[in-house]
Amino acid sequence: MSSSTPWPPSRRRPDVDRMAGVGVSPGVGAGPAHLLVGEIPEPPADARHDGDAAAETARAVVALERVAADLEARGVQAGGTAEDVLEAQAMMARDPELVEGVSALVGGGMAASRAVYQAFQKYRDMLASAGGYLAERVADLDDIRDRVVALLTGVPMPGVPVDAAVPYVLIARDLAPADTAVLSRDLVAAFVTEEGGPTSHTAILARAMGVPAVVACAGATAITSGTPVLVDGTSGIVRLMPSDEEVAEARDAAAARQAALSAVTGPGRTSDGHPVPLLANVGGPGDLPAALANGAEGVGLYRTEFLFLDRAAPPSAAEQVEAYRAVLAAFPGGRVVVRTLDAGADKPLAFLPPPGHEPNPALGERGLRMFRVHQEVMAAQLGALAVAAAGTEAKLQVMAPMVATRAEAEWFVRACRSAGLPEAGIMIEIPAAALRAADLAGAVDFFSIGTNDLAQYTFAADRQLSGLTELQDPWQPALLDLIHGAAVAASAQGKGCGVCGEAAADPVLACVLVGLGVTSLSMASPALPAVRAALARHSLDQCVLAAVDARGAPSAEIARAAARAHLPGLADLAL
Amino acid sequence: MAERKVTVQSEVGLHARPAATFVQTAAKATVNVTVARMSGEPVSAKSILSVLALDVRQGETIVISADGEGADELLDALAAIASAP
Repeated sequence: MSSSTPWPPSRRRPDVDRMAGVGVSPGVGAGPAHLLVGEIPEPPADARHDGDAAAETARAVVALERVAADLEARGVQAGGTAEDVLEAQAMMARDPELVEGVSALVGGGMAASRAVYQAFQKYRDMLASAGGYLAERVADLDDIRDRVVALLTGVPMPGVPVDAAVPYVLIARDLAPADTAVLSRDLVAAFVTEEGGPTSHTAILARAMGVPAVVACAGATAITSGTPVLVDGTSGIVRLMPSDEEVAEARDAAAARQAALSAVTGPGRTSDGHPVPLLANVGGPGDLPAALANGAEGVGLYRTEFLFLDRAAPPSAAEQVEAYRAVLAAFPGGRVVVRTLDAGADKPLAFLPPPGHEPNPALGERGLRMFRVHQEVMAAQLGALAVAAAGTEAKLQVMAPMVATRAEAEWFVRACRSAGLPEAGIMIEIPAAALRAADLAGAVDFFSIGTNDLAQYTFAADRQLSGLTELQDPWQPALLDLIHGAAVAASAQGKGCGVCGEAAADPVLACVLVGLGVTSLSMASPALPAVRAALARHSLDQCVLAAVDARGAPSAEIARAAARAHLPGLADLAL
Repeated sequence: MAERKVTVQSEVGLHARPAATFVQTAAKATVNVTVARMSGEPVSAKSILSVLALDVRQGETIVISADGEGADELLDALAAIASAP
């Protein structure tokens, strides 16, 4: 069947001079692009040397040693955890068995570059097949190999320039600790990565450095080095070849917006005083300074995966208690919503038997479903949470991810109660749970809507596929309907219903969510001031009208415009 | 040939920092020193890549062997590292 109707043009399809990603560290930065060199080409399998095996071996050894010394020096300069990582890499480059392997291959006539490549391959295979923590080290090994091969073949070394006339905009697929350990504000004007999310290494580093950053920016690595780039770490917009006026304008707007935003402080509320607690999404105690600096009233989503991933043994009770207590202690009198472990086939736990192959991990045995198989892991986590909560003044709320039915919700709540946890809730991220919210609300103490997964499952559109971004748009009226249904069902039974997905971080959508009946908003900390300011400029009635018209719209685009028409205060904030 | 059987106590197993300390200590010695899983093939204790690839987890037992002058002192030092919590 053929159709003459054109496919709807994608709003976010990047054109040549403008790209959009997710702003994860606010502010505006401009400078020449520096594209981080990606792959070093594999030396050809038939590369031979000219016959002097001893000299060729010596070249390889010198290259390995230079790379080791360089990694070590970067480590010393960086300090902290990065030093441990880089020092371990230096040891790998100096591994005597590796050197022996290279020497044997060169003795057989192979060129040094190829010999290094093959010698690494053996260990690469061993580590990759071990899985878990060791498979993660494969990237470290590849990094060393690429550096050595680059030296031997005379191609530019992967890595970032550590001296530059003017600060540059660093563009990469994603950034590794070795890339970023030596960076500073004087060197980098902004970060743009094609992959990564608000809690990726890049995002965390950028916020710590106070440098603007945009992640998940499709097509970013197509930008050529040297191209002038303007990056807005708040809106996520990346502009190529901006004029001087555009740069000046963006800087002024950022400064004005910053001033307007920081003028509004205190707990979240609408202009007529309707309270909307504004909470932070955190991935560990390391995210607390940003949360507190941005005035978070508590934590609305504490992702606990960092405690469990990439390790050979489960975290001890003491380690878990410490990690939970650190966050609880930061918000005396506030609330801390902890999401229990959300792992699955795409994020396997090294200390558990490997899960069976799942062709579609997003639809597999993950989240609460994984807990049904490994109940001891859940019991240990809930127990540690109960211990951590004792003696702190924060209100601990615990919630389970990937709940579809009332029976699952009841099972989780029972487990929480028997662990001594008074408040147990669920994530609303599966459409079945949203559709039957009235049923589920009776079984739990609260809801928290994960808009990212709820959109993925509602639109049958994989979050990882950048080609389907349009269907992931949280302004889609179908998604707004589900959020409204869940919020109304919770409210009818006197229960709270928060949102902890990316949707809450959009100041315009935040007003609409409040109008839909959502009772608290949780987001990456840098987004808090803009959301607080947008709410403070509008009454609850305005939010409700915006929500009604957004739900009445036939598309995300029209929903956005319809809502804006009811929210005049956004203009003052340049939002 | 002297040897020590040790149960690895570190939470991260013989990986990360414990593995680095273990290999650094072994590398300083002049004698040959190997490490193996119980009834497994021994590998050089001076090779970080080989030691990592053994994939020894917390609670697993390893056999460390060395021969020659100072072997006993070396094995004691390595055993202490491997059994440190």
